[in-house]
Amino acid sequence: MFRYYLKLGLLSIRANPALSALMVAAIAIGIGACMTIVTVRHVMSDDPISHKSDQLFHVQVDSWSPDEPYNEPNEAPEQLTYMDAKALHDAGRAYRQVVSFKSGRVVQPDGEDERPFRVDARATTNEFFAMFDVPFAYGSAWDRAADLAEERVVVLSWEINEQLYGGEDSVGRMLTLNGETYRIAGVLEYWNPVPKFYDLNNNPYEESERLYFPFSLGISSETGSSGNTNCWKPVGDGGYEAFLASECVWIQMWVELRSEDEKQAYMQFLNAYVEEQKTVGRFARPLNNHLRDVVEWMDNREVVEDDVNVLLGLAVLFLVVCLLNTIGLLLAKVMRRARDISLRRALGASKMTLFAQYIIEAGMIGVAGGLLGIGATWAGLRGIENLYIEYDFIQHLVRMDWSMVMLAVVLAVISALAAALYPTWRACNITPASQLRIQ
Amino acid sequence: MELGPIWRSILRNKGGYLLIALQIAVTMAIMVNSIAIMQERADEMARPSGIDEANIFTLSSDVFAPDVDQKSLIDEDLDALRNMPGVVNAVATNSFPLRQGGWSMGLQLEPGPEEDATGTAIYFVDEHGIDTFGTNLIDGENFTQNEVAWNDPEVGTWPPLGIITQALGEEMFPDEQGSFVGKTVYINDNDPIKIIGVVDRLQAPWKGWTGVERSMLVPQRREGSDRYVIRTEPGMRDQLMPEVEELLATRSEDRIIRSVATMDDTRRLAYIGDAAMIKLLTFIIILLTTITGLGIVGLASFSVTRRTRQIGIRRALGATRPAIVRYFMIENFIVSTVGIVVGGILAVALNVFMVQAFALTPLAWYVIPIAMIALWIVGQVAVAGPARKASNVSPAIATRSI
Repeated sequence: MFRYYLKLGLLSIRANPALSALMVAAIAIGIGACMTIVTVRHVMSDDPISHKSDQLFHVQVDSWSPDEPYNEPNEAPEQLTYMDAKALHDAGRAYRQVVSFKSGRVVQPDGEDERPFRVDARATTNEFFAMFDVPFAYGSAWDRAADLAEERVVVLSWEINEQLYGGEDSVGRMLTLNGETYRIAGVLEYWNPVPKFYDLNNNPYEESERLYFPFSLGISSETGSSGNTNCWKPVGDGGYEAFLASECVWIQMWVELRSEDEKQAYMQFLNAYVEEQKTVGRFARPLNNHLRDVVEWMDNREVVEDDVNVLLGLAVLFLVVCLLNTIGLLLAKVMRRARDISLRRALGASKMTLFAQYIIEAGMIGVAGGLLGIGATWAGLRGIENLYIEYDFIQHLVRMDWSMVMLAVVLAVISALAAALYPTWRACNITPASQLRIQ
Repeated sequence: MELGPIWRSILRNKGGYLLIALQIAVTMAIMVNSIAIMQERADEMARPSGIDEANIFTLSSDVFAPDVDQKSLIDEDLDALRNMPGVVNAVATNSFPLRQGGWSMGLQLEPGPEEDATGTAIYFVDEHGIDTFGTNLIDGENFTQNEVAWNDPEVGTWPPLGIITQALGEEMFPDEQGSFVGKTVYINDNDPIKIIGVVDRLQAPWKGWTGVERSMLVPQRREGSDRYVIRTEPGMRDQLMPEVEELLATRSEDRIIRSVATMDDTRRLAYIGDAAMIKLLTFIIILLTTITGLGIVGLASFSVTRRTRQIGIRRALGATRPAIVRYFMIENFIVSTVGIVVGGILAVALNVFMVQAFALTPLAWYVIPIAMIALWIVGQVAVAGPARKASNVSPAIATRSI
């Protein structure tokens, strides 16, 4: 019976090619518009380290001005002062802890003709790689001793190892950065989490840094952050030393805590730290410390831009218009076949039979619309890529995975079935033989 | 007019017409709100930065080698640039409008840590700053060479002079009718700055900041203020860019020259999201109108086919062809009007929601009549074809029994 209805449906679709094409196209375009935006939004808000994102916590302590909050209504600063970052890190009270900041380094390749070039670099403590599960192609991270000794070691990203050494194992070689020689300790595999969850301060979709070197070395070479630095109190005289001792926030801190107990213990530790600092005249604001896991932190920082949400809303409404369009056309089609239907009813077809027949016909239109809709989504994503072509990170945001393809088809079939419900219901309710008399 | 009979005939077949009306309504809601957003973005993009964008390009000079005498290097760079034929002026600064990264500070009317501060962008420049940017000094004076000094990294105090934008003055002294020149503001809680000049317009580096028109020029030269702004004679920019890059690159091996960009490029990059939004919304509106239009064509064709006999009978009873066309046009007009009225309400509701949720600017009232007229026209154009087809139905049809 099912195959017979499929055949009937095909015949009916072929009987009105223009109209059927219009319905399929409307669904395809509606699905395409929706899925383009859904895909971008899905990538933007995806959990980039899902297997352990609930064990990684971004650390915030409210060291801001007594007179006003960092952000209304009462947000603590995203970053830490050097004093707090160092004290909290060196206390070592979490399973793992990392303090880091973004900066830049000029790479001076060995070749005679090669011009030096600048890349983003991250000054970080050694547990960064283990904590964020950063995969190594060659070598490994430096150890805590290297951190303490301010050793000139560097970990290269996959990209820059490709560029400088053609992808060879470069561990142990020497590399000149800003006029100083560093030993290469490790080379990463390709690693560009989207969003760049560990530092959402500037562009959450930019690529990861190309170089990583010890945090202590960044401090001893008097490096500042190339991300954000915010101060509520004048730094005063004394150059970099004064900056380190200032209330400026510029360092990001993450801790890895494996259980709720560990988290609570760490929160107590943070609170105790702040209470202790209060006794020496810092932290004038009420206690306002936060441990937010990766997903909470991304929500808090609103990594999905408003524009994308606006577009998503409009795209959903767009799909609604396409569906109303389809409902109208299906209804007209059913009404035109009213004589046909009433004849079949008179000859004994049950409501269920008719329902099955028309729903199958609509389902076929839905599947066709969905398949075309995948194509439309692909085209939509290429369109978005072109609009933002000058942003090199855009390629990370316009990728379609299988879950999105499946979603497109499911959405299309559901849409088509939903659109078919009312017309089919009307068809089933045509009374037998009512249309048989001559008009 | 045969409004009565048409209306009654619509009521007899509510479902189908209600669907078109709804479709038109939602189309209208999307259209109106898209236009409102596009308008907001277009207005933002049209704001002038206050500088001579057409003839300015910028670059970064990153000194990376240790122990380089940066002061002499910058001095000699600027000398060389200013003496180049075709260059109007050049300055080393920390940032420039539309760059999307820079330095901001709070300015206060009174000294002290508890005082309220007004945020402003800071541009460190020498006496060539105003001429290089090409902004207009409308009050007071420019810095003199003697007032510009190198920053001592060990000292945290600020230079005592500043030139502000008109917008910054108005924000800080809303009741002042006369001049802002001669007034003192406080930076870094306690350091006094005397305003010696006012420029008409010089945007802060962040285009999305609500205080984007507020900025202050500070007479200080800084090591690490490594961005050069170069203003050329009209038409010379594209020719000079590679020459300048080559000149600076060969002048020292201890630094790299990067991010060489015209202000046109910088502006395009700053507004890339807004430009993309406008294009996407335009595309959505066009697609949507097309689909709605085609839907109307499809439904009208159906209704013509279904009513072939009735049309034939009307024709046989003496109705003219224009009367038949008019019937379908009026029918569409009525349905469209219902859709448009509902759509207007939907559009306003959606806008109120979006203004609250996404801090958009409320829509301008005239967008609604524009969208109404547009959708009426779309409806009439869409129905015109089927209506013509209907008018071609032969009166003889009436005599046939199916």
